[in-house]
Amino acid sequence: MELFTIFIGAVLVNNFVLGRFLGICPFLGQSKNVGMAVGMGMSVIFVMTLASVTTNIIYSFVLVPLGLEYLMTVSFILVIAALVQLVDIVLQKVLPALHRTMGIYLVLITTNCAILGLALLNVVKNYDLIQSLVFGLSAGIGFTLALVIMAGIRERLELADVPKPLQGFPITLILAGLLSIAFMGFSGLVKL
Amino acid sequence: MDIGILIPVATLGGLGFILAVGLAYASKKFAVEIDPRVEKVEESLAGINCGACGYPGCRGYAEAIVAGQVEIDKCAPGGMDSIKGISEIMGTEMGQVVPKVAVVQCQGGHEQTEPKFDYQGVDDCRAAQMLGAGFKSCSYGCLGLGSCAAACPFDAITMGKNGLPIVDEEKCTACGICVRTCPRGIMALIPQTQEVYLGCINQDRGPAVKKICQVGCIACRLCVRKNPEGDSGIAMDGNLPSINYEKLTSWPEANDVCPQNCFIIRKITL
Repeated sequence: MELFTIFIGAVLVNNFVLGRFLGICPFLGQSKNVGMAVGMGMSVIFVMTLASVTTNIIYSFVLVPLGLEYLMTVSFILVIAALVQLVDIVLQKVLPALHRTMGIYLVLITTNCAILGLALLNVVKNYDLIQSLVFGLSAGIGFTLALVIMAGIRERLELADVPKPLQGFPITLILAGLLSIAFMGFSGLVKL
Repeated sequence: MDIGILIPVATLGGLGFILAVGLAYASKKFAVEIDPRVEKVEESLAGINCGACGYPGCRGYAEAIVAGQVEIDKCAPGGMDSIKGISEIMGTEMGQVVPKVAVVQCQGGHEQTEPKFDYQGVDDCRAAQMLGAGFKSCSYGCLGLGSCAAACPFDAITMGKNGLPIVDEEKCTACGICVRTCPRGIMALIPQTQEVYLGCINQDRGPAVKKICQVGCIACRLCVRKNPEGDSGIAMDGNLPSINYEKLTSWPEANDVCPQNCFIIRKITL
């Protein structure tokens, strides 16, 4: 039951993008159309789940026994960077079309604060291995959800009559704010 | 040197080393072989990524060419130059390509037709077509909302005052995207040397057409009988005359014969 709470918490109540305001960069950059958003979302789910588990293992079995908790930020960044590079290499072989369309944005996941935030939150909340696995998976799903919703609305926005000064990023940011307010409606669903 | 610094340095260093080895192994295992010819073929293409060839961008088409899966004459914007370049790199023969141009097969604008209802929806022909099969009295004619103009990657189409698209033949590369975009099949690609073509695709005949459009084809068959090449110049295909482009390239008096002035005579400037 507690795992379900973690799931709901990460996807809806404290959505990483719309609730915690992490990972705005790929959120705004990759939400132009639903196809690309789904592709990006899948990569993020993969990276987040793996990052969550790996950083948890590194923390519990390497840093804590040696008393090196203060190295967690640096080592987490190291692990995450390597993971994203791995995703890049694998994707180029397995799904070359997706790899080419995503281009630079795939690497954006590395410098994305959402992944690091996820790893650090695992430490703060003292999650064990299974919990951090679920947390990572749910965070990725929540990120994908926000991204796909944003992409869907932005696609429709292309055909709408937006006033000249608001065209492009201004209306997108307003949209993001409104989405965030909407997701606030979930607060209180899960006691954290 | 303080011994205490060794442990964190060793830990971080060891972690980095293990990850580096892992990545090196992965890059070997998942290595992707790229044929150097793909780059060269891609350079011979037009480089606009318009998708007219049917492949995802110029890179996609270049890869298919090098893999030997497709003919080399599919790049319309690249034209003969691209075919020459590709045939040199791949060592294949060149075909001959007939240069084409996009034309509008409808003359029923605001002055010639009346709408069935007042449409207040998304400003896109494909969207309008989904609502009650369009707001135009003629269910085959141009809706005039400009999806073709928006889709053209070369900005060769603009919407005229009468609500019909106008093709700038200098800019048109006959890539075919407007043909695929138009939900009604108004746009078509014809050889650049073709002077006369039919400006209507309405499949109904007689009074049914006359009621809804002043310049729609009523299938009276006068053009079939009276054109300079006779039966081999124009033949009826259902309720629409079909011009044989190889036999009948030019017919300036077409609209003297046609009671509805359906034919469009192009000025050949290319």
